[in-house]
Amino acid sequence: MQVTLKILRFDPAKDKKPRWETYQVEAEPTDRVLDLLHKVKWYQDGSLAFRRSCGHGICGSDAMLINGKNRLACKTLVKDLGSVITVEPIRGLPVEKDLIVDMEPFFAAYRAVKPYLINDEPPPQRERLQSPEERARFDQGTKCILCASCTTSCPVFWVNGTYIGPAAIVQAHRFIFDSRDRGKRERFKALGSGSGVWRCRTAYNCTEACPREIPVTQLIEEVKRAILFDSF
Amino acid sequence: MDPLKEPVPVMPTAHYAMGGIPTTLWGQVIKDEKNTVVPGLYAAGEAACVSLHGANRLGTNSLGDLVVFGRRAGIHAARFARDADYHELTEEHLGESRERIERIKNSTGKEKVAALRAELQQSMMDNASVFRTGELLQKQVEILKELMDRYKRISIDDKGDAYNTELVEALELGYLLEVSEALVHSALNRTESRGAHAREDYPERDDENWLKHTLAYKVEDGKVAFRYKPVVLGRFEPKARTY
Repeated sequence: MQVTLKILRFDPAKDKKPRWETYQVEAEPTDRVLDLLHKVKWYQDGSLAFRRSCGHGICGSDAMLINGKNRLACKTLVKDLGSVITVEPIRGLPVEKDLIVDMEPFFAAYRAVKPYLINDEPPPQRERLQSPEERARFDQGTKCILCASCTTSCPVFWVNGTYIGPAAIVQAHRFIFDSRDRGKRERFKALGSGSGVWRCRTAYNCTEACPREIPVTQLIEEVKRAILFDSF
Repeated sequence: MDPLKEPVPVMPTAHYAMGGIPTTLWGQVIKDEKNTVVPGLYAAGEAACVSLHGANRLGTNSLGDLVVFGRRAGIHAARFARDADYHELTEEHLGESRERIERIKNSTGKEKVAALRAELQQSMMDNASVFRTGELLQKQVEILKELMDRYKRISIDDKGDAYNTELVEALELGYLLEVSEALVHSALNRTESRGAHAREDYPERDDENWLKHTLAYKVEDGKVAFRYKPVVLGRFEPKARTY
Protein backbone atom coordinates (compact mmCIF):
# COMPACT_ATOMS: atom_id res chain seq x y z
CA MET A 1 0.00 0.00 0.00
CA GLN A 2 0.99 3.64 -0.50
CA VAL A 3 1.45 5.62 2.69
CA THR A 4 1.65 9.40 2.90
CA LEU A 5 4.12 10.11 5.64
CA LYS A 6 4.18 13.66 7.01
CA ILE A 7 7.15 14.40 9.21
CA LEU A 8 7.70 17.57 11.22
CA ARG A 9 11.30 18.44 10.46
CA PHE A 10 13.76 20.94 11.89
CA ASP A 11 17.37 21.58 10.96
CA PRO A 12 18.99 23.96 13.47
CA ALA A 13 21.49 25.11 10.81
CA LYS A 14 18.83 26.14 8.28
CA ASP A 15 15.36 26.48 9.80
CA LYS A 16 13.95 29.20 12.04
CA LYS A 17 10.98 26.99 12.95
CA PRO A 18 9.88 23.41 12.25
CA ARG A 19 8.41 22.61 8.82
CA TRP A 20 6.28 19.74 7.47
CA GLU A 21 7.81 17.48 4.88
CA THR A 22 5.70 14.89 3.02
CA TYR A 23 6.97 11.54 1.67
CA GLN A 24 5.23 8.81 -0.33
CA VAL A 25 6.32 5.39 0.91
CA GLU A 26 5.43 1.91 -0.32
CA ALA A 27 4.61 -0.16 2.77
CA GLU A 28 3.12 -3.43 3.98
CA PRO A 29 0.24 -3.09 6.47
CA THR A 30 2.45 -5.02 8.93
CA ASP A 31 5.36 -2.58 8.60
CA ARG A 32 6.16 -0.51 11.65
CA VAL A 33 6.46 3.25 11.60
CA LEU A 34 10.17 2.70 12.23
CA ASP A 35 10.37 0.78 8.93
CA LEU A 36 8.79 3.75 7.12
CA LEU A 37 11.29 6.16 8.69
CA HIS A 38 14.13 3.87 7.58
CA LYS A 39 12.73 3.73 4.03
CA VAL A 40 12.76 7.52 3.90
CA LYS A 41 16.20 7.85 5.47
CA TRP A 42 17.87 5.08 3.45
CA TYR A 43 16.27 5.55 0.05
CA GLN A 44 14.75 9.05 -0.20
CA ASP A 45 16.32 11.62 2.13
CA GLY A 46 19.38 10.69 4.18
CA SER A 47 19.26 13.90 6.19
CA LEU A 48 16.22 12.77 8.22
CA ALA A 49 17.35 12.37 11.84
CA PHE A 50 15.72 10.18 14.50
CA ARG A 51 16.86 7.97 17.35
CA ARG A 52 16.45 4.19 17.41
CA SER A 53 18.51 1.35 18.75
CA CYS A 54 17.10 -2.10 19.55
CA GLY A 55 14.09 -1.87 17.20
CA HIS A 56 11.75 -3.95 19.38
CA GLY A 57 10.43 -1.82 22.19
CA ILE A 58 12.98 -2.30 24.95
CA CYS A 59 15.65 0.43 24.59
CA GLY A 60 13.21 3.37 24.74
CA SER A 61 14.92 5.43 22.02
CA ASP A 62 12.17 5.99 19.46
CA ALA A 63 9.21 7.53 21.29
CA MET A 64 7.49 9.94 18.87
CA LEU A 65 4.17 11.73 18.48
CA ILE A 66 2.52 9.49 15.85
CA ASN A 67 -0.91 10.55 14.58
CA GLY A 68 -1.25 12.75 17.65
CA LYS A 69 -0.33 10.12 20.27
CA ASN A 70 2.98 9.34 21.96
CA ARG A 71 4.11 5.87 20.91
CA LEU A 72 7.21 3.87 20.03
CA ALA A 73 7.88 3.90 16.27
CA CYS A 74 9.13 0.30 16.54
CA LYS A 75 5.89 -1.01 18.06
CA THR A 76 3.33 0.91 15.99
CA LEU A 77 2.02 -0.85 12.87
CA VAL A 78 0.87 0.85 9.68
CA LYS A 79 -2.40 -1.15 9.64
CA ASP A 80 -3.39 0.44 12.95
CA LEU A 81 -2.87 3.96 11.57
CA GLY A 82 -4.15 4.03 7.98
CA SER A 83 -2.58 5.47 4.85
CA VAL A 84 -1.85 8.98 6.16
CA ILE A 85 0.62 9.06 9.03
CA THR A 86 2.00 12.11 10.82
CA VAL A 87 5.17 11.95 12.90
CA GLU A 88 6.37 14.74 15.22
CA PRO A 89 8.95 14.88 18.00
CA ILE A 90 7.69 14.26 21.55
CA ARG A 91 6.54 17.53 23.15
CA GLY A 92 7.90 19.66 25.95
CA LEU A 93 11.61 19.02 25.36
CA PRO A 94 13.78 21.24 23.10
CA VAL A 95 14.05 19.87 19.54
CA GLU A 96 17.68 19.32 18.49
CA LYS A 97 17.00 18.13 14.95
CA ASP A 98 13.93 16.59 13.23
CA LEU A 99 12.63 13.92 15.65
CA ILE A 100 15.57 14.14 18.07
CA VAL A 101 14.91 16.10 21.28
CA ASP A 102 17.25 17.12 24.11
CA MET A 103 16.61 14.43 26.76
CA GLU A 104 18.78 16.12 29.40
CA PRO A 105 15.90 17.77 31.39
CA PHE A 106 14.19 14.36 31.42
CA PHE A 107 17.27 12.57 32.76
CA ALA A 108 17.98 15.38 35.27
CA ALA A 109 14.54 14.62 36.80
CA TYR A 110 15.36 10.91 36.72
CA ARG A 111 18.62 11.47 38.61
CA ALA A 112 16.87 13.75 41.16
CA VAL A 113 14.83 10.81 42.57
CA LYS A 114 18.02 8.74 43.14
CA PRO A 115 16.94 5.74 41.06
CA TYR A 116 19.15 3.16 42.76
CA LEU A 117 19.03 1.03 45.90
CA ILE A 118 19.90 3.01 49.04
CA ASN A 119 20.69 0.92 52.10
CA ASP A 120 23.65 1.59 54.42
CA GLU A 121 22.95 -1.36 56.72
CA PRO A 122 25.81 -3.90 56.71
CA PRO A 123 25.16 -6.41 53.92
CA PRO A 124 24.09 -9.89 55.09
CA GLN A 125 26.23 -12.98 54.49
CA ARG A 126 24.41 -13.61 51.21
CA GLU A 127 21.61 -11.75 49.37
CA ARG A 128 19.18 -9.23 50.88
CA LEU A 129 16.22 -11.61 50.78
CA GLN A 130 12.79 -10.57 49.56
CA SER A 131 9.52 -12.52 49.44
CA PRO A 132 7.63 -12.91 46.14
CA GLU A 133 4.91 -10.65 47.61
CA GLU A 134 7.47 -7.94 48.48
CA ARG A 135 8.91 -8.16 44.95
CA ALA A 136 5.43 -7.93 43.42
CA ARG A 137 4.73 -4.66 45.28
CA PHE A 138 6.93 -2.62 42.90
CA ASP A 139 6.82 -4.90 39.83
CA GLN A 140 4.92 -2.50 37.57
CA GLY A 141 7.54 0.25 37.80
CA THR A 142 10.34 -2.14 36.82
CA LYS A 143 8.83 -2.35 33.32
CA CYS A 144 9.73 1.31 32.58
CA ILE A 145 12.14 1.76 29.64
CA LEU A 146 12.65 5.54 30.13
CA CYS A 147 11.26 6.38 26.67
CA ALA A 148 9.68 9.65 27.96
CA SER A 149 6.30 8.91 26.32
CA CYS A 150 4.55 9.61 29.64
CA THR A 151 6.39 12.76 30.71
CA THR A 152 6.13 14.39 27.28
CA SER A 153 2.38 13.66 27.06
CA CYS A 154 1.71 15.40 30.41
CA PRO A 155 -0.02 18.82 30.12
CA VAL A 156 1.54 19.96 33.40
CA PHE A 157 5.02 19.19 31.99
CA TRP A 158 4.23 21.07 28.75
CA VAL A 159 3.50 24.32 30.63
CA ASN A 160 5.99 23.82 33.48
CA GLY A 161 9.20 22.16 32.35
CA THR A 162 10.53 22.05 35.92
CA TYR A 163 7.84 19.49 36.92
CA ILE A 164 9.69 16.27 37.76
CA GLY A 165 7.24 14.33 35.55
CA PRO A 166 5.60 10.86 35.56
CA ALA A 167 8.66 8.84 34.48
CA ALA A 168 10.81 10.06 37.40
CA ILE A 169 7.94 9.34 39.82
CA VAL A 170 7.54 5.81 38.42
CA GLN A 171 11.26 5.28 38.99
CA ALA A 172 10.98 6.64 42.54
CA HIS A 173 8.02 4.31 43.19
CA ARG A 174 10.12 1.35 42.11
CA PHE A 175 12.54 1.99 45.03
CA ILE A 176 10.21 3.55 47.64
CA PHE A 177 8.14 0.35 47.68
CA ASP A 178 11.16 -1.98 47.56
CA SER A 179 11.42 -3.74 50.96
CA ARG A 180 15.25 -3.63 50.75
CA ASP A 181 15.46 0.13 50.25
CA ARG A 182 15.98 2.69 53.03
CA GLY A 183 16.21 5.87 50.94
CA LYS A 184 12.60 7.06 50.70
CA ARG A 185 13.13 10.19 52.85
CA GLU A 186 15.98 11.30 50.52
CA ARG A 187 13.67 10.85 47.55
CA PHE A 188 10.78 12.64 49.26
CA LYS A 189 12.89 15.85 49.24
CA ALA A 190 12.68 16.06 45.44
CA LEU A 191 9.24 14.46 45.18
CA GLY A 192 7.61 16.65 47.87
CA SER A 193 9.04 19.93 46.58
CA GLY A 194 7.15 22.54 44.53
CA SER A 195 8.16 20.82 41.29
CA GLY A 196 7.38 17.33 42.64
CA VAL A 197 4.37 14.99 42.73
CA TRP A 198 1.85 17.61 43.92
CA ARG A 199 1.98 19.23 40.45
CA CYS A 200 0.20 16.15 39.07
CA ARG A 201 -3.43 16.88 38.13
CA THR A 202 -4.29 13.24 37.27
CA ALA A 203 -4.90 13.97 33.59
CA TYR A 204 -4.17 10.27 32.86
CA ASN A 205 -2.31 11.16 29.62
CA CYS A 206 0.75 9.36 31.01
CA THR A 207 -1.14 6.11 31.61
CA GLU A 208 -2.58 6.21 28.08
CA ALA A 209 0.82 6.98 26.52
CA CYS A 210 2.86 4.28 28.28
CA PRO A 211 3.96 1.63 25.73
CA ARG A 212 4.71 -0.75 28.62
CA GLU A 213 1.17 -0.56 30.04
CA ILE A 214 2.34 0.71 33.41
CA PRO A 215 -0.57 2.24 35.36
CA VAL A 216 1.45 5.44 35.72
CA THR A 217 -1.24 7.62 37.32
CA GLN A 218 -1.90 4.94 39.95
CA LEU A 219 1.80 4.76 40.86
CA ILE A 220 1.95 8.57 41.12
CA GLU A 221 -1.02 8.52 43.52
CA GLU A 222 0.69 5.82 45.62
CA VAL A 223 3.78 8.01 45.90
CA LYS A 224 1.62 10.99 46.93
CA ARG A 225 0.07 8.85 49.67
CA ALA A 226 3.45 7.53 50.81
CA ILE A 227 4.66 11.13 51.29
CA LEU A 228 1.41 12.14 53.01
CA PHE A 229 1.35 9.23 55.48
CA ASP A 230 5.07 9.56 56.17
CA SER A 231 4.39 12.95 57.81
CA PHE A 232 2.11 11.46 60.50
CA MET B 1 0.60 -11.06 9.59
CA ASP B 2 -2.23 -13.00 11.22
CA PRO B 3 -0.98 -16.41 12.48
CA LEU B 4 -4.49 -17.84 12.18
CA LYS B 5 -4.48 -17.25 8.40
CA GLU B 6 -0.84 -17.29 7.28
CA PRO B 7 2.23 -19.33 8.25
CA VAL B 8 4.63 -17.54 10.62
CA PRO B 9 7.84 -16.66 8.73
CA VAL B 10 10.86 -18.22 10.45
CA MET B 11 14.50 -17.64 9.50
CA PRO B 12 17.90 -17.84 11.15
CA THR B 13 19.68 -14.62 12.06
CA ALA B 14 23.15 -13.59 13.17
CA HIS B 15 22.63 -13.57 16.91
CA TYR B 16 26.09 -13.25 18.45
CA ALA B 17 29.69 -12.84 17.34
CA MET B 18 32.25 -15.11 19.01
CA GLY B 19 35.75 -13.69 19.21
CA GLY B 20 36.43 -9.97 19.09
CA ILE B 21 38.99 -7.55 20.48
CA PRO B 22 41.40 -9.64 22.60
CA THR B 23 41.63 -8.49 26.23
CA THR B 24 43.21 -9.45 29.53
CA LEU B 25 41.06 -10.54 32.48
CA TRP B 26 40.82 -6.81 33.35
CA GLY B 27 39.45 -5.78 29.95
CA GLN B 28 42.74 -4.25 28.76
CA VAL B 29 43.10 -4.58 25.01
CA ILE B 30 46.05 -6.73 23.93
CA LYS B 31 47.59 -6.43 20.51
CA ASP B 32 49.63 -9.55 19.88
CA GLU B 33 50.33 -13.17 20.78
CA LYS B 34 52.65 -12.06 23.63
CA ASN B 35 49.69 -10.38 25.37
CA THR B 36 51.15 -6.88 24.95
CA VAL B 37 48.68 -4.41 26.47
CA VAL B 38 47.59 -1.22 24.64
CA PRO B 39 47.67 1.23 27.59
CA GLY B 40 44.36 2.97 28.30
CA LEU B 41 42.29 1.01 25.78
CA TYR B 42 39.54 -1.28 27.14
CA ALA B 43 36.91 -3.58 25.64
CA ALA B 44 34.11 -5.61 27.23
CA GLY B 45 31.00 -7.53 26.24
CA GLU B 46 30.27 -8.84 22.77
CA ALA B 47 32.91 -6.55 21.22
CA ALA B 48 35.63 -8.13 23.35
CA CYS B 49 37.21 -11.56 23.52
CA VAL B 50 38.35 -12.49 27.04
CA SER B 51 38.33 -16.01 25.61
CA LEU B 52 35.51 -17.20 27.82
CA HIS B 53 33.32 -18.81 25.16
CA GLY B 54 35.64 -20.71 22.87
CA ALA B 55 34.21 -21.23 19.40
CA ASN B 56 30.59 -21.46 20.53
CA ARG B 57 29.14 -19.14 23.14
CA LEU B 58 26.46 -21.05 25.09
CA GLY B 59 23.09 -19.62 26.09
CA THR B 60 23.15 -16.78 28.71
CA ASN B 61 26.96 -16.91 29.01
CA SER B 62 27.06 -13.59 27.16
CA LEU B 63 25.30 -11.89 30.04
CA GLY B 64 27.71 -13.43 32.56
CA ASP B 65 30.64 -12.23 30.44
CA LEU B 66 29.18 -8.74 30.27
CA VAL B 67 28.41 -8.41 33.98
CA VAL B 68 31.71 -9.84 35.25
CA PHE B 69 34.18 -8.47 32.72
CA GLY B 70 32.31 -5.20 32.14
CA ARG B 71 32.72 -4.52 35.87
CA ARG B 72 36.37 -5.55 35.88
CA ALA B 73 37.13 -3.40 32.82
CA GLY B 74 35.37 -0.45 34.49
CA ILE B 75 37.33 -0.86 37.73
CA HIS B 76 40.63 -1.07 35.88
CA ALA B 77 39.83 1.83 33.55
CA ALA B 78 38.93 4.01 36.56
CA ARG B 79 42.26 3.14 38.23
CA PHE B 80 44.10 3.89 34.99
CA ALA B 81 42.33 7.24 34.54
CA ARG B 82 43.17 8.30 38.11
CA ASP B 83 46.92 7.95 37.53
CA ALA B 84 47.18 8.82 33.82
CA ASP B 85 48.06 12.24 32.45
CA TYR B 86 46.28 13.82 29.51
CA HIS B 87 48.07 13.52 26.22
CA GLU B 88 48.19 16.45 23.88
CA LEU B 89 45.76 15.90 20.99
CA THR B 90 47.80 16.95 17.98
CA GLU B 91 46.79 17.37 14.34
CA GLU B 92 48.73 14.19 13.67
CA HIS B 93 46.26 12.29 15.86
CA LEU B 94 43.17 14.15 14.65
CA GLY B 95 44.09 14.23 11.00
CA GLU B 96 43.04 10.71 10.03
CA SER B 97 39.61 10.94 11.67
CA ARG B 98 38.96 14.40 10.29
CA GLU B 99 40.00 13.32 6.82
CA ARG B 100 37.75 10.25 6.98
CA ILE B 101 34.73 12.43 7.89
CA GLU B 102 35.47 15.17 5.35
CA ARG B 103 35.99 12.62 2.58
CA ILE B 104 32.51 11.18 3.13
CA LYS B 105 30.86 14.61 3.50
CA ASN B 106 32.47 16.08 0.38
CA SER B 107 32.11 13.00 -1.81
CA THR B 108 29.96 13.27 -4.93
CA GLY B 109 30.12 9.51 -5.56
CA LYS B 110 27.06 7.56 -6.67
CA GLU B 111 27.14 4.73 -4.09
CA LYS B 112 24.59 4.77 -1.24
CA VAL B 113 25.20 3.51 2.29
CA ALA B 114 21.91 1.62 2.73
CA ALA B 115 22.19 -0.25 -0.58
CA LEU B 116 25.82 -1.20 0.02
CA ARG B 117 25.06 -2.32 3.58
CA ALA B 118 22.17 -4.49 2.34
CA GLU B 119 24.51 -6.18 -0.16
CA LEU B 120 27.10 -6.75 2.57
CA GLN B 121 24.50 -8.26 4.92
CA GLN B 122 22.97 -10.52 2.27
CA SER B 123 26.30 -11.79 0.92
CA MET B 124 27.71 -12.43 4.42
CA MET B 125 24.54 -14.37 5.27
CA ASP B 126 24.83 -16.41 2.03
CA ASN B 127 28.57 -17.09 2.03
CA ALA B 128 29.95 -16.72 5.57
CA SER B 129 27.18 -18.11 7.75
CA VAL B 130 27.65 -20.91 10.33
CA PHE B 131 27.87 -23.60 7.64
CA ARG B 132 30.54 -22.52 5.13
CA THR B 133 32.93 -23.91 2.54
CA GLY B 134 36.27 -22.74 1.16
CA GLU B 135 34.60 -22.04 -2.15
CA LEU B 136 31.91 -19.78 -0.67
CA LEU B 137 34.37 -17.98 1.60
CA GLN B 138 36.72 -17.35 -1.34
CA LYS B 139 33.76 -15.93 -3.25
CA GLN B 140 32.99 -13.65 -0.29
CA VAL B 141 36.64 -12.47 -0.21
CA GLU B 142 36.15 -11.20 -3.77
CA ILE B 143 32.76 -9.65 -2.97
CA LEU B 144 34.27 -7.80 0.01
CA LYS B 145 37.06 -6.42 -2.19
CA GLU B 146 34.45 -5.07 -4.58
CA LEU B 147 32.29 -3.63 -1.77
CA MET B 148 35.34 -1.93 -0.19
CA ASP B 149 36.16 -0.39 -3.52
CA ARG B 150 32.60 0.88 -3.96
CA TYR B 151 32.63 2.13 -0.35
CA LYS B 152 35.21 4.71 -1.43
CA ARG B 153 32.55 6.21 -3.71
CA ILE B 154 29.70 6.61 -1.18
CA SER B 155 28.14 10.03 -0.69
CA ILE B 156 25.58 11.35 1.81
CA ASP B 157 22.79 13.98 1.70
CA ASP B 158 23.37 15.41 5.17
CA LYS B 159 26.36 17.78 5.21
CA GLY B 160 25.59 19.20 8.67
CA ASP B 161 27.42 18.77 11.98
CA ALA B 162 24.43 18.43 14.35
CA TYR B 163 23.17 14.88 14.92
CA ASN B 164 24.40 13.74 11.52
CA THR B 165 23.13 10.17 11.88
CA GLU B 166 23.64 9.57 8.15
CA LEU B 167 27.37 10.23 8.59
CA VAL B 168 27.43 7.85 11.57
CA GLU B 169 25.83 5.11 9.46
CA ALA B 170 28.38 5.74 6.69
CA LEU B 171 31.31 5.45 9.15
CA GLU B 172 29.81 2.33 10.69
CA LEU B 173 29.54 0.69 7.27
CA GLY B 174 33.30 1.13 6.88
CA TYR B 175 33.86 -0.67 10.18
CA LEU B 176 31.38 -3.42 9.22
CA LEU B 177 33.39 -4.04 6.07
CA GLU B 178 36.63 -4.30 8.05
CA VAL B 179 35.13 -6.69 10.62
CA SER B 180 33.62 -8.78 7.80
CA GLU B 181 37.03 -8.98 6.19
CA ALA B 182 38.68 -10.21 9.41
CA LEU B 183 35.90 -12.79 9.83
CA VAL B 184 35.90 -14.15 6.27
CA HIS B 185 39.69 -14.36 5.87
CA SER B 186 40.05 -16.07 9.28
CA ALA B 187 37.28 -18.56 8.45
CA LEU B 188 38.88 -19.37 5.11
CA ASN B 189 42.25 -19.83 6.78
CA ARG B 190 40.95 -22.21 9.49
CA THR B 191 40.71 -25.59 7.72
CA GLU B 192 38.72 -27.46 10.38
CA SER B 193 35.29 -27.31 12.06
CA ARG B 194 34.98 -26.02 15.63
CA GLY B 195 31.89 -24.73 17.46
CA ALA B 196 29.95 -22.32 15.27
CA HIS B 197 32.60 -22.47 12.55
CA ALA B 198 31.31 -25.45 10.52
CA ARG B 199 33.42 -25.96 7.40
CA GLU B 200 31.54 -28.48 5.26
CA ASP B 201 34.79 -29.22 3.39
CA TYR B 202 36.64 -29.81 6.72
CA PRO B 203 33.96 -31.35 9.00
CA GLU B 204 36.33 -32.64 11.74
CA ARG B 205 37.88 -30.73 14.63
CA ASP B 206 41.67 -30.69 14.26
CA ASP B 207 43.25 -30.02 17.68
CA GLU B 208 46.72 -30.87 16.43
CA ASN B 209 46.81 -27.92 14.04
CA TRP B 210 44.04 -25.58 15.20
CA LEU B 211 43.74 -25.63 18.99
CA LYS B 212 44.80 -21.96 18.94
CA HIS B 213 43.37 -18.46 18.67
CA THR B 214 43.55 -16.59 15.38
CA LEU B 215 44.79 -12.98 15.54
CA ALA B 216 43.90 -11.18 12.29
CA TYR B 217 45.86 -8.10 11.15
CA LYS B 218 44.78 -5.90 8.28
CA VAL B 219 47.59 -5.34 5.79
CA GLU B 220 45.57 -3.54 3.14
CA ASP B 221 42.09 -3.86 1.60
CA GLY B 222 41.70 -7.52 0.67
CA LYS B 223 44.85 -8.64 2.51
CA VAL B 224 44.85 -10.02 6.04
CA ALA B 225 47.84 -11.44 7.97
CA PHE B 226 47.53 -14.00 10.80
CA ARG B 227 49.27 -14.70 14.07
CA TYR B 228 48.27 -17.28 16.66
CA LYS B 229 47.91 -17.48 20.42
CA PRO B 230 47.71 -20.70 22.48
CA VAL B 231 44.40 -21.60 24.15
CA VAL B 232 44.46 -21.65 27.97
CA LEU B 233 42.47 -24.79 28.72
CA GLY B 234 42.27 -24.78 32.53
CA ARG B 235 40.62 -27.81 34.06
CA PHE B 236 38.49 -28.84 31.07
CA GLU B 237 39.82 -30.91 28.19
CA PRO B 238 38.13 -30.21 24.83
CA LYS B 239 35.80 -33.03 23.83
CA ALA B 240 33.64 -33.81 20.82
CA ARG B 241 30.05 -32.62 21.20
CA THR B 242 28.18 -35.86 20.56
CA TYR B 243 24.69 -35.17 21.92
